[in-house]
Amino acid sequence: MSTASTIVLNARALERTVARMAHEIVERADGTERLVLVGIQRRGVQLADRIAAVIDAREQVTVPRGALDITLYRDDLQTVGPRPIVGKTELPWEIDGTTLCIVDDVLYTGRTIRAALDELADFGRPARIMLAVLIDRGGRELPIHADVVGRLVDVPKGGRVDVGVLEVDGKDEVTMTGGAEDA
Amino acid sequence: MTAPLGKDLLGLEFLSAEQITLILDTAEPLREISERAIKKVPTLRGATVVNLFFEASTRTRISFEFAEKRMSADTVNVSTAGSSVSKGETLVDTAKNLEAMRIDMVVIRHGSSGAARFLAERIESSVINAGDGTHEHPTQGLLDLLTLRQRFGTLVGKRICICGDVLHSRVARSNIWGLTKLGAEVAVCGPRSLLPNAIEDFGVQVFDRIEQAIEWADALNILRLQLERMTAGYIPSLREYNRVFGVTRERLDRAPRDLLIMHPGPMNRGVEIDSEVADGPHSVILDQVTNGVAVRMAVLYLLAGNTPALAEAAKGGDR
Repeated sequence: MSTASTIVLNARALERTVARMAHEIVERADGTERLVLVGIQRRGVQLADRIAAVIDAREQVTVPRGALDITLYRDDLQTVGPRPIVGKTELPWEIDGTTLCIVDDVLYTGRTIRAALDELADFGRPARIMLAVLIDRGGRELPIHADVVGRLVDVPKGGRVDVGVLEVDGKDEVTMTGGAEDA
Repeated sequence: MTAPLGKDLLGLEFLSAEQITLILDTAEPLREISERAIKKVPTLRGATVVNLFFEASTRTRISFEFAEKRMSADTVNVSTAGSSVSKGETLVDTAKNLEAMRIDMVVIRHGSSGAARFLAERIESSVINAGDGTHEHPTQGLLDLLTLRQRFGTLVGKRICICGDVLHSRVARSNIWGLTKLGAEVAVCGPRSLLPNAIEDFGVQVFDRIEQAIEWADALNILRLQLERMTAGYIPSLREYNRVFGVTRERLDRAPRDLLIMHPGPMNRGVEIDSEVADGPHSVILDQVTNGVAVRMAVLYLLAGNTPALAEAAKGGDR
């Protein structure tokens, strides 16, 4: 296993992948009528914004977008302790009856999404919840799967996938350390 | 990061500027939870918090209870009246008995300075000081800091004057520690009989006249004048106190800039603060109350997970 990091997606590839995900989300949601996008803090929020921008331009609509911080819904407070930074949760509209698409950067154990589903249930009852992730790295510990996947990457346990977005990290790039990409 | 604040919250004197900033940064997003239809997150599910109040309190106890409930902790309230405390049980015995029933945190309000530390050193559970004698009231200090930071953006270089009965005020002490750590300039103003000796050693300015304080400050934190101070001879009369030290609209009208008005409550309208000021456009007194719940939620969260299991199992997180 090499410790050098390899680039999974560069900026151009990331842009194309996001555009394809946007189209797939609209297709799966049967249009944009009841569609809302909710990004998971932190980088899911920026990705949701990108996806929404693509949908807005193509469909001539404004898709509502929100942010969800799941820190307070984690199941590991007793074993890992409090996370130092709690982000903002912003869902400035009723989610009842919507087709709600959760957007996150990396899908791994599935525990973040479990927490997100619990948190959303406290806000209301969407007609349908979908999941879109930029990277699916395998290694699930819960029965959760993504509806829309940007790139499937096979990373062994102990390996890392790092998603960088311009707004937070200064550049758009996905890198992997210690693993081989799935063909 | 396992226990960012350690086991207990006893006073702002014992926290670093980074720890105080962490609490404020955590409290900020927690404010939103109280705006939700379901005002609750499951974070402290299964944790038991005992509110042990040996002194009268409405606001602080209710604020702690809201914070605990919105974090999904189970809460028990124990007050002096109607408990075995009135039968002469000692503080430690009371706490040890509660601990034998498997609790996780104790919020304590006590008339004796140092009571919170005394308890913290003798029980395993986390202890949160909700006011001990004339020593500290750290969560009040924190909510004051949060309110000021929201209005000013930063506390660095801001001038805050604490007015009134500084001598008997734990709020004043927590404020002085917290404000100076975050880079604010601090002054006190009040009759000399109600200022501690050598208050200057805290690194604060002293104003003998409220007019000087108003001219100097960006914000006034006006303390409650406890009525029993008059009978004890600290001040001649409430009317005279209001005439010399009362914060009135006439006095504020002469200020060179708009001053933020804070008060920890409960207010004596017409004594230390006039109604026009308390309800005026620059009053943030009710913001302080809202922030109080958020700050206490943040403290509960940051102290949580402080269990033996955590120490063993402390390892990196997953996604």
